Amino acid sequence: MPIIVVEVMPKAEILDPQGKAVAGALARLGAASSNAAQFSAVRIGKRFELTVDGAVDDAVLAEVREIAEDMLANTVIEDVVSITVAE
Amino acid sequence: MTITTPAVPDTVANAAATPEKVQPYAALGLKEDEYLRIREILGRRPTSGELAMYSVMWSEHCSYKSSKPYLRQFGQKVSEKMKKNLMVGMGENAGVVDVGEGWAVTFKIESHNHPSFIEPFQGAATGVGGIVRDIISMGARPVAVMDALRFGDIDDPDTARVVHGVVSGISFYGNCLGLPNIGGETYFDSVYQANPLVNALAVGVLRHEDLHLANARGVGNKVVLFGARTGGDGIGGASILASDSFSAGGPTKRPAVQVGDPFAEKVLIECCLELFAKGLVEGIQDLGAAGISCATSELASNGDGGMFIDLEKVLLRDPTLTAEEILMSESQERMMAIVTPEKLEGFLAVVDKWDVETSVLGEVTDTGRLVINWRGEEIVNVEPRTVAVDGPVYDRPVAYPTWIDALQADTAARLPRSTDLRADLLTLLGSPNLSDKRWITNQYDKYVLGNTALSFPDDGGMVRVDEESGLGFAVATDANGRYCQLDPYRGAQLALAEAFRNVAATGATPVAVSDCLNFGSPENPEVMWQFSKAVEGLADGCLELEIPVTGGNVSFYNQTGDVPIHPTPVVAVLGVIDDVARRIPSGWQDEGNNIYLLGTTRDELDGSAWAGTLHDHLGGMPPIVDFGAELRLAGLLSAAAEQSLAASAHDLADGGLAQALAEAVLRFGIGARVWITELMQRDGVDATAALFSESTARMLVSVPREDDVRFQGLCEGRGYEFLRIGVTEDSGALEVQDQFTIPVEELRRVHTATMSDRFGAVVG
Repeated sequence: MPIIVVEVMPKAEILDPQGKAVAGALARLGAASSNAAQFSAVRIGKRFELTVDGAVDDAVLAEVREIAEDMLANTVIEDVVSITVAE
Repeated sequence: MTITTPAVPDTVANAAATPEKVQPYAALGLKEDEYLRIREILGRRPTSGELAMYSVMWSEHCSYKSSKPYLRQFGQKVSEKMKKNLMVGMGENAGVVDVGEGWAVTFKIESHNHPSFIEPFQGAATGVGGIVRDIISMGARPVAVMDALRFGDIDDPDTARVVHGVVSGISFYGNCLGLPNIGGETYFDSVYQANPLVNALAVGVLRHEDLHLANARGVGNKVVLFGARTGGDGIGGASILASDSFSAGGPTKRPAVQVGDPFAEKVLIECCLELFAKGLVEGIQDLGAAGISCATSELASNGDGGMFIDLEKVLLRDPTLTAEEILMSESQERMMAIVTPEKLEGFLAVVDKWDVETSVLGEVTDTGRLVINWRGEEIVNVEPRTVAVDGPVYDRPVAYPTWIDALQADTAARLPRSTDLRADLLTLLGSPNLSDKRWITNQYDKYVLGNTALSFPDDGGMVRVDEESGLGFAVATDANGRYCQLDPYRGAQLALAEAFRNVAATGATPVAVSDCLNFGSPENPEVMWQFSKAVEGLADGCLELEIPVTGGNVSFYNQTGDVPIHPTPVVAVLGVIDDVARRIPSGWQDEGNNIYLLGTTRDELDGSAWAGTLHDHLGGMPPIVDFGAELRLAGLLSAAAEQSLAASAHDLADGGLAQALAEAVLRFGIGARVWITELMQRDGVDATAALFSESTARMLVSVPREDDVRFQGLCEGRGYEFLRIGVTEDSGALEVQDQFTIPVEELRRVHTATMSDRFGAVVG
């Protein structure tokens, strides 16, 4: 059955405390290892996988787009960044 | 909202050279005459950076331009006694009161209404964060928070969204910070449907010598910004959000709201306290509404007057931010300190230890100007007072509301009184406003830090300050918007009287007031009349009670479309108790105690919960306020606490005696047998008034038998009206003789179902 993947990220201008915490942890852990890459930022979003009964057509995608904007994302502080179909 | 930003920053020189440039002052919330005044002050057009600063600082939210002329009364109507223990009064980040033994307490209540409607979770969370930073900036350790909430109709579909968001936001931020939430209040009314009120209160404790103020003195001292990085949060929020209102139709203004990080704030608290303890800061200011614009202009105005800032030194979360955006950003968890050059190294060592990012932005100067550079060019050059202090002041038109005479004439006396008082009591007990609020308060930590002596559902929250002596404080908040709609002068006084009485009921002595005045649009002359009357009522009331207003805030533009909210002046009263071990709880814990009703009951049902809930009626005149009686009652309770004569005390307010009895029963499940015939005869009221009247200066006190004689002697000695109306029993029921008997279980079921049926199970 096809799966529609919806990805939601905090808006660019919004603080992402989770991402900040992970970025801080990466820096701390990286300090212990000699050849760690340097990461200047981490942002954390959400991934939704909607399993569809039947085929994915434009109507289904339109519905998912609406659900994503209205319910999956809090569009005051988040953006829906992608809606893709994974088989 | 877009701010036009030229590729080359708009410099002071550029502004002087291009006077004809059209500027978007209206989109930033400035009126034409305000813009012209800025041009007059500067002698040229403002740069875009200056325009950003003036627009946020001259917004209603920051400048108090409509309320200032009225708020002066709080400073004018004062007696010597009111000044005696006041260490810091209005105008600073928060008021500070001397509570004895070298300790001081600072507290303040502030609104975060508009953000909490747009994004309830983050709006409420950052409301808590903001008020806590006000407390830190006085040099105090925050020790407790509290919230006064108003939501729309409990059954409106949008109410659940707001309730869930606001309550989770408050619990998230407060619980993560490790601060107990010790009480507050929650009301539902359709007038708050598209404009909920979230008023957050915080209390802090400090030693006298730790007091800090927000001023920038000492030429050459460094201006340091520390805490979170600056991002594009809530840009223009202060002016756009707080100075405009929402309408149902049309596109909603949805600017980026702020997101809070309580763990960053917790680190900031500890970092600041260490800086204070080591004497490393000269002045300090938190960053809230209007961000860097506010902090720099206020610090400079309150100090020597001059400051130089290199805006490029601000650490950014988003490197694409323009200078104007950096000036206006409302990123949370930031503080600004003034540090002497000799102590800078020590300062940096402390912030480094706490892993708090810091940058030195500039220094205090003797130029009398606030100068801000960006990439080597001067983009701001203003006299700081013109931004922070000498903003516009409006003498707004005031009009006596056309509808108020008819409303006051429509008294509840015409309403039918039922004979089934049992049903009336249960209907009231299960009504949204009188129902059990544990669905909310159980989501908050109440006992974290280990000093909470009383918290919800007791009348006030109480926290121990000194672990050796037991010295503590109590706080309560109150406001009844329905009363204020009927008569804003008396309604505001009733809010004050009730908060005062709630604190007195705990055994503490009330000493200070903070208020959060929530009203509709000041451009509506009828709203302005309500505001003027409410402030007058509060100032007169505080003078009679001899407790000062130490600070607070004003929130205007609370309305949906053209319909303003009921005037809602939330009053917080702070009290002091010598030893929290002698506190008085609100519920009955033992059987066989005598139940006394203190005070006189009048037939006062206008504006009451009885009229509103049972008859959907709002009209008439609210109950009479008698501050003399309130003072005597508070004195009596304080003496009873000192001599440990009262096993419990519970204030009578919304829902009257019936509600107070039910709540006292429900606290620990101890029942009671009560008789009201004697009360009806003595006060000349019928059973409905005896049970549901909301007359003030009344309290329900339970007294152990062995202390009965002494308690009666105390009341007689102080000349306060008292009547024994019952006895506590382990009967599992509340019996009002000749009227009804209700099992405790039934009371509990009715009381708790209202919230949990709509919002989900009660936790904990």
